Amino acid sequence: MTQAVATSIDTSWEADPAPAAKTRTYWQSVLIRIFRDKATLIFGTVVLAIVLLAIFAPLIAPFDPYKESIIGRLKPFGWRGHPLGTDELGRDMLSRLIYGARSSLLMGMVPVLVATLVGGTLGVIGGFAGKRVNTAIMRTMDVFYAFPSVLLAVAISGAMGGGMMNGMIALSMVFTPALCRIAETATAQVRSLDFIEAARATGARPLTIIRHHVLGNVLGPVFIYASSLVSVSILLASGLSFLGLGVKPPEPDWGLMLSTLRQSLYVNPIICAMPGAAIFVTSICFNLVSDGIRSAMDVRQ
Amino acid sequence: MDGTLMPQADIAPLVEIEDLTVRFTSREATVSAVNGVSFSVKPGEVLCILGESGSGKSVTLRAMMRLLPEKRTTITGRITIAGQDVLGLNARDLRALRGGLVSMIFQEPMTALDPVYTVGEQIIETLRKHRNMSREGARARALDLFELVKIPSPERRLDSYPHELSGGLRQRAMIAMALSCGPRLLLADEPTTALDATVQIQVLILLRRLQRELGMGTIFVTHDLGVASEIADRIAVMYAGRIVEEGPVADILANPRHPYTQGLMASTVHGQHRDADIQAIPGSPPDLRRMPAGCSFGPRCPTSQPRCREAFPPISHPSADRMVRCFREGEEAKASF
Repeated sequence: MTQAVATSIDTSWEADPAPAAKTRTYWQSVLIRIFRDKATLIFGTVVLAIVLLAIFAPLIAPFDPYKESIIGRLKPFGWRGHPLGTDELGRDMLSRLIYGARSSLLMGMVPVLVATLVGGTLGVIGGFAGKRVNTAIMRTMDVFYAFPSVLLAVAISGAMGGGMMNGMIALSMVFTPALCRIAETATAQVRSLDFIEAARATGARPLTIIRHHVLGNVLGPVFIYASSLVSVSILLASGLSFLGLGVKPPEPDWGLMLSTLRQSLYVNPIICAMPGAAIFVTSICFNLVSDGIRSAMDVRQ
Repeated sequence: MDGTLMPQADIAPLVEIEDLTVRFTSREATVSAVNGVSFSVKPGEVLCILGESGSGKSVTLRAMMRLLPEKRTTITGRITIAGQDVLGLNARDLRALRGGLVSMIFQEPMTALDPVYTVGEQIIETLRKHRNMSREGARARALDLFELVKIPSPERRLDSYPHELSGGLRQRAMIAMALSCGPRLLLADEPTTALDATVQIQVLILLRRLQRELGMGTIFVTHDLGVASEIADRIAVMYAGRIVEEGPVADILANPRHPYTQGLMASTVHGQHRDADIQAIPGSPPDLRRMPAGCSFGPRCPTSQPRCREAFPPISHPSADRMVRCFREGEEAKASF
């Protein structure tokens, strides 16, 4: 435009609700809100600590988690330098709990990540394409929905045999329909909004519209839902291990430890409760952090 | 910026629409939303399409940009914009037309702007796509546009999200976005309906000024007679998918010929005594799935005659630049509104 010709309209008095000097981006303001939220910050630190423990397990663990001892079985806290005592084969509880965080976190996060990618993609495609494509995708997902999630996980990993890999595949298949549905609903909602039509009216390609406008609006809800699934995944993974369908002995895994220690419940109940406590603390922290992120991301409205 | 923005002297019309029909087909029924609409707009002219909800005015606008869902819509007739046959364009040329040659302002600025991007990002994105501008160049241009549409403290507003702006500012941002690539034709779909009355008039004045300065042909859809009289050069009154009357704004307001236009004028509120009843047009518009034979306004018309039920009235021209479709045109008796 060559000009900004003087005009008679003065708009300086028009309602102006935005406060002065505000130039931070959306993600900056989300971060600021998270940092103001004490609870989320504390639980986030716990989650971070658990993740760090898992990553640096060999450096942190005081003992070899596989080293057994016939005489030192089910000993109480502090016995011969074992801070949390020993398990039913005389292995150091603390070391096993630290190493166990590895498989629990892996089983908690990988299936959710895979399901987010697969389910999210299918959901966005279904929601954007509509009609037959949508029907084909969503009705297939409904088949998975027809089974209770625990039963489905047990059935799939049971059919494929135990092991961590199969357990993760089973959990991925359990979470995919849910994430697909979330993505599909969000996409279908966004698709009918005016700004999609406005984008088309400015000559945007369908692919640009999906990448830019649909994903931008769908990613938020999908991410929030996925983060709340991490704790569910940890619980389900522990359940699978407990049933002998996930991690195989002698690998340290919280679910598996819970299962094997259950026989010693009357001998040393505190030791037996330790893996359960670890699962409980981890999943509750993940849940609360996910809640905190959700409310921090809800800046608009 | 470039000469194409300037109105060309009285030469070829910018927009020519001939016998446009739009039908939506679904499993249950076929809806005839637009039934043979013809009009033309000269460069730099403002045509106001006036009509109530469901009269096909928004559908006409969307058909001009082929924004309607392709699979369920049948469009026939001819749409020519700046010499281009819109209905025959391939996907690539159509994208170049949208936002480049023709752009559109929507009714609801809250939902027409993407909530997850700042308004600046959305304008910059459009500019980069159509003009291959650098990020810095596009930002500078976006800033110019914000100044052009009179957004206070434009620098800061560029980095605002739509929800942080008031309705009036949002619509201004929307207008800036529509103007970003120097369109020759602006389509405005009730752009002031969702705004407060005070903001409404400001936006109207702004649009009118920009349209004159930039020499854009403009098609302005509204159901508000007051808005139409404020901004239009010409008015086309639409009823049940047809234009029933068209002409220069002053003529139409002073001397409406079609009973429907007369009814619309009678049903607006201006200075009557507060106890006086407002004249309303009896009945409601026809069901577009089952259009009555003959004049579509016939069932509600106070002066309808047997022949109105047989065929749709032909075009008659009471004067050189006016068009009316009513059998009674040219006859002495006028509707008794």
